Amino acid sequence: MGDLIQLAVLVAIGYFVGSRIEKKHYRSIKEREKKLLCCPVVTGDDFLEDKPIRVTRLVSGSAVISTDYFKMIAGNLLNLIGGEVSVFESLLDRARREAVLRMKEEATKADIILNLRIETSTIAGRNSVEALAYGTAVYYEK
Amino acid sequence: MIQVMTNIESVPGKRIVEHFGLVCGSTVRAKNAFKDFGAGLKNLVGGELKAYTELMNESRKQALERLKCQAENLGANAIINVRFSTSNIANGAAEIYVYGTAVRVE
Repeated sequence: MGDLIQLAVLVAIGYFVGSRIEKKHYRSIKEREKKLLCCPVVTGDDFLEDKPIRVTRLVSGSAVISTDYFKMIAGNLLNLIGGEVSVFESLLDRARREAVLRMKEEATKADIILNLRIETSTIAGRNSVEALAYGTAVYYEK
Repeated sequence: MIQVMTNIESVPGKRIVEHFGLVCGSTVRAKNAFKDFGAGLKNLVGGELKAYTELMNESRKQALERLKCQAENLGANAIINVRFSTSNIANGAAEIYVYGTAVRVE
């Protein structure tokens, strides 16, 4: 009985605090995405204009986002049934968008970012995902 | 000196005059037990694990340093087609591997 109560408390803390943190994170992501909308990011490498180039630079950004206790339990339960595990989708989405944003923030004033690549990995034993975004920032001669 | 790194097949605006082949750099790093414990607590409520983001950034920087060092020894001044890859080997430790092609540009 004591174990069950402990589990319920942990899940409740995970759910309430976790979803608050997630909402706050999404708000900040959306706000910054709007601010950085002016810098185009492409996944190809033939989008260059015919202008003299001042600097070319490798830029990257990364974020490690952890699950909360509620998601962990819910994810395990959903795993039993199979199908869509929606609790983890938002986690990966947040990690990737945050990584791309950090890359863009590193390359402020770049005219274009070419060949964006996103890598995802997990950190062993931590129930968390790491997303890394990297690309080539190009600055034209002004 | 490595002047420029890109992850595309050329250096925009410059002509490649010589190829030196594959260069790579890697590093394995882990966080100390205290920070690991903090991350364990953060697992309860979720959110960003700053200690780990920092760890990954540090390791990436070090792997890139090793990549550059290798390319410089070959006499290159640019690295094209840089790729990152991450794998985890044990609890809380991560390996970062970076590879690319060393070239000389005009």
